[in-house]
Amino acid sequence: MNTIEITINNKKISVPEGITILEAAKSAGLEIPTLCYHIDQSVKANCRVCIVEVEGMKTLPSSCSTAVRPGMVIHTNSAKVLEARRVIIEMILANHDADCLKCHRNLSCELQKIANQAGVRTNRFENVLEIKEIDNSTPSIVRNPNKCIKCGRCVEMCRDVQGINIIEKIGRSSEIEIIPAYGRYLSDVACVSCGQCSTVCPVAAIYEKEDIDMVWDAINDPGKHVIVQTAPAVRVSIGEEFGMEPGSIVTGKLVAALRRLGFDRVFDTNFTADLTIIEEGNELLHRLETGGVLPMLTSCSPGWINFIEQYYPELLPHVSTCKSPQQMFGALAKSYYSEKTGIPVRNIFVVSIMPCTAKKYEAKRPEMRTDGIHPDVDAVLTTRELGRMLKQAGIDFNILEEEQYDDPFGITTGAAVIFGASGGVMEAALRTVYEVVTGKTLDKLDFHDVRGMEGIKEAEVDLAGTKVKVAVAHSLSNARKIMELIKSGKCEYTFIEVMCCPGGCIGGGGQPYHTTNELRRKRIEAIYEADRDIPIRKSHENPAVKALYDEYLEKPIGEKSHHLLHTYYISRKKRACS
Amino acid sequence: MLLKTLNKEARKSENILNALLEYQKSKDTNYISEEELAQLAEELGITESRAYSIITFYSLFSTKPRGKYIIQVCNDVPCYVNGSTNILEELEDYLEIRVGGTTHDGVFSLERTSCLGCCNMSPAIRIGEKIYGNLTKDDVPRIISEYRRKYYEEV
Amino acid sequence: MKKYSLDLITGNCGKIDPYSIDSYIETGGYDTVRNIFAQDCENIINEIKKSDLRGRGGAGFPTGTKIEFVYKSDITPKFLVCNADEGEPGNFKDRFLLENDPHQLIEGMIIASYAAGISKGFIYIRGEYNKAIGILEKAIEQARQKGFLGKNICGSGFDFDIEIYSGAGAYVCGEEFALIESIEGKAGRPRNKPPYPVSAGIFNKPTLINNVETLSTIPFIIREGAEKYTSVGTPTSKGTRLVSLSGNVNRRGVFEVPFGISIREIIFNLGKGIPHGRRIKMVQLGGASGPCIPPEMIDLRLDYKEFENNGLSMGAGAVIVIDDRHDILDILRNIMVFFRHESCGKCTPCREGNRHILNILDRFIAKTATEKDLSTLESILNVMTDTSFCGLGQAAPTAILTALKYFRYEFLLGIYKEYEIKNAV
Repeated sequence: MNTIEITINNKKISVPEGITILEAAKSAGLEIPTLCYHIDQSVKANCRVCIVEVEGMKTLPSSCSTAVRPGMVIHTNSAKVLEARRVIIEMILANHDADCLKCHRNLSCELQKIANQAGVRTNRFENVLEIKEIDNSTPSIVRNPNKCIKCGRCVEMCRDVQGINIIEKIGRSSEIEIIPAYGRYLSDVACVSCGQCSTVCPVAAIYEKEDIDMVWDAINDPGKHVIVQTAPAVRVSIGEEFGMEPGSIVTGKLVAALRRLGFDRVFDTNFTADLTIIEEGNELLHRLETGGVLPMLTSCSPGWINFIEQYYPELLPHVSTCKSPQQMFGALAKSYYSEKTGIPVRNIFVVSIMPCTAKKYEAKRPEMRTDGIHPDVDAVLTTRELGRMLKQAGIDFNILEEEQYDDPFGITTGAAVIFGASGGVMEAALRTVYEVVTGKTLDKLDFHDVRGMEGIKEAEVDLAGTKVKVAVAHSLSNARKIMELIKSGKCEYTFIEVMCCPGGCIGGGGQPYHTTNELRRKRIEAIYEADRDIPIRKSHENPAVKALYDEYLEKPIGEKSHHLLHTYYISRKKRACS
Repeated sequence: MLLKTLNKEARKSENILNALLEYQKSKDTNYISEEELAQLAEELGITESRAYSIITFYSLFSTKPRGKYIIQVCNDVPCYVNGSTNILEELEDYLEIRVGGTTHDGVFSLERTSCLGCCNMSPAIRIGEKIYGNLTKDDVPRIISEYRRKYYEEV
Repeated sequence: MKKYSLDLITGNCGKIDPYSIDSYIETGGYDTVRNIFAQDCENIINEIKKSDLRGRGGAGFPTGTKIEFVYKSDITPKFLVCNADEGEPGNFKDRFLLENDPHQLIEGMIIASYAAGISKGFIYIRGEYNKAIGILEKAIEQARQKGFLGKNICGSGFDFDIEIYSGAGAYVCGEEFALIESIEGKAGRPRNKPPYPVSAGIFNKPTLINNVETLSTIPFIIREGAEKYTSVGTPTSKGTRLVSLSGNVNRRGVFEVPFGISIREIIFNLGKGIPHGRRIKMVQLGGASGPCIPPEMIDLRLDYKEFENNGLSMGAGAVIVIDDRHDILDILRNIMVFFRHESCGKCTPCREGNRHILNILDRFIAKTATEKDLSTLESILNVMTDTSFCGLGQAAPTAILTALKYFRYEFLLGIYKEYEIKNAV
């Protein structure tokens, strides 16, 4: 690539041709403040915070959208720039509910950060905020219009990545709002609760519904036996909340931290991920043998389940009846575990630590109550909420000694860990299904074709002479393509994994803020590293799972597992699902 | 199919704006209801949110019922300096509604509009698709009663 | 005798029947189209370049160069858009051309499209221009029947057709990318530039966008030659342009004037002066987004260079006269109400700025403003001009900024008593 010479703040530098001023400045060690800019999204250039002065230009161009040109002389902090930036930020603040100390995003807010960086100490503009109703209608996501700065990141995520376009820019001029059509509640529209909007929101205009206090109450209730499960993807991301390198694997520290919080038992959702593979693998084989509905679609991702129930209910027979690992865990906790320990179900409080906002909704589904009364999972905290809860408790994550999960839901496999990455469920299933069908030992455990960030991946496996085509899709715009393919009758796949969020659960809607595709890749690498480090890498070789079948469940897709580990789906088609 | 009711050839998706506009024009109430928009969006192959973003962006659309005849009063500078405020006030008095309102009988809605491009005959108003220019307060009753008569004759 | 108005492109207006193509053909209309196909595209582009024709929509970009950009692009299909979204208050010259001589525009569109290798044209016209839409629909139909539009035009092998696309009430759609978004069936909010429409416009295809007047000027240039066109005007601004004269003036209307004419001549010779012997308080040039100048400046000549030297832009050629009955701040308020209503809401400065300006202006009008209000006002105006995403936000402050320069006293009266100002001086 050609390089060109430019001057930034009196320093001559060589930069690649075609990059933006923002990127050039970064390479020169200058962080130009940005607000609407997001590295994985289209350049919007609408906040105008990143403006710079370029000699010879009449206006102050936005550095995110302006390419460098040979000989360009750029000033990122001239008097004109500093004044303009401050005026712009003050205008944003004059229309923003700046109750920063009580805000969910306090200390993680991008607006707060740039206002501080710009040295905003007072506001020359009168407050023009018109307080509007906060949408608390779903168990997953809260939309606070009073914080919205109209950057449009959530719109792009919802429309282009997830392809559902629930929230949009509505109206114009100062009356513009980012809301569902007719300002409806999120519970009244075909929102899937994936929470991807919340991961890109720079402020607290859309965020996970916070359930931390509910968990504190349970922990501090002497009558409650509080157990916690941790999803596969959390162990490779929670470290980021404490300044650790993205992709750090912190499983042992996570267990220790949860004990310090006061949980009575710390378990691993991986255990029920292994169980899912046994159940789902057997379901697939059953469908193959009995001429059942194919392709079979995975059912672990609650955002995806919300999507198919709302947008493609006619395809629901394709979905595996397996509950997600979170709900399998909950069901076992409130049956097997209760029986085994003698603790009554009403006294057991199950908390999940999930990378996901849709899990909050899933836990609230009425069909997810094994005894018909008590929810199988009582509270769901996202990775971000756990980070905040640990900070509330003053736990220094970095210096914690590593600890082990408790029995009986503590022994897990590499196959379960990779559930956290797109393609992981498929790979885990293939490892098991292959050996069950062929009776042979798989020599190469790594299915590289189904790994990575490619939107739709496919692979072919030879199952005792039968070639089986499988596919993996992540993010709902890709899921939609698969759905249309199935509807067209041209789908050649037998088994398809679908994850709602880009990259799978490691890119979930409840993962730490500032998630980017680069971070997703690092977390994926960590997931596969964790897989390699675990001695047992196939779900059907998990001794604890085997013991559970022997002791309690009897056999896969048997009567007991049908009752505890499987579920049903219904059409939830709403308006705007076309 | 709502759009089929329009006497036009089948719509292409890029003609979304005009399809919506023509549908609205076909209605005496000059607006697009929530139910209609959901169906129109489906027919046009766009999401309801996008359809809603369109009809809330362009000022010729309305999400609330309006009168059969929409009276748009230009109040931008060329009309303003030639007394458009007087015309506006006279219309409000005569119709007994404020700007943004609709008469009880559903015949008229009164709106302010951005420049109509009729500055050579300011102050100017537009009723339905017709322009009235060089107006004085005294013209208002005559023009309005003409439309009212027409409306009730049709009924 | 000095000629204040000419009829290079308005010659047919009022003389032919806009509903009849024959009426246009009788005056020699479409002769140029019949002859054009014998010529190279480069020749046509060169002729337009020689004429020095600049975009009449307001930005003033050289038309020939723009056509050449599209001509040189290898990407197909290419599109032409005639921007007839004339929404700038005080401008009505495009409506005048559309309603009086639609075929001249169609002819201009055919020539430009042939030169640039375009086969599909749109006329994006404001939804409020019903009469013009009706006239255009008829004109396009007639042109198709006569074989000037459609497949194999005049046996040349060149295909070109025009579709009318009606706007729906959004001033910002005059901005070329907002207009393109609107044609693509979305809310009309502008996109980043570059890439410019000439390389990635409608559905990311090369798109030539020109104003009605610009395209209507092309038949004259090709028919009569660039030399004849450039024989009028000034060394720095060639030919004629249409002026929309409105406000407090005896004869309002559209006038085709040679460049070089002064604002005074437009108001007093063409417009016959101010009614009832009143005086000019101020003149706004170009439209709502244009500068407000005091009567002392009306000897300013219509000339791109002269405007530039005075730090002014000509816009789409409106001249709005405001007489001495009116209060400057009241007029400015009216202008800001317009911009607040028409901002698309995309970028911060324009979305938030307009309402703050309006709020502060109200304090000046109520005579409760403070010195801090004045400095805040100036801050927003400058920041909006410097940092807004598109031309709308960049130009919205122009009226007040120029008023602050030429009518500062009126603002001071919002802060101080008259005697306080006098004592200070």
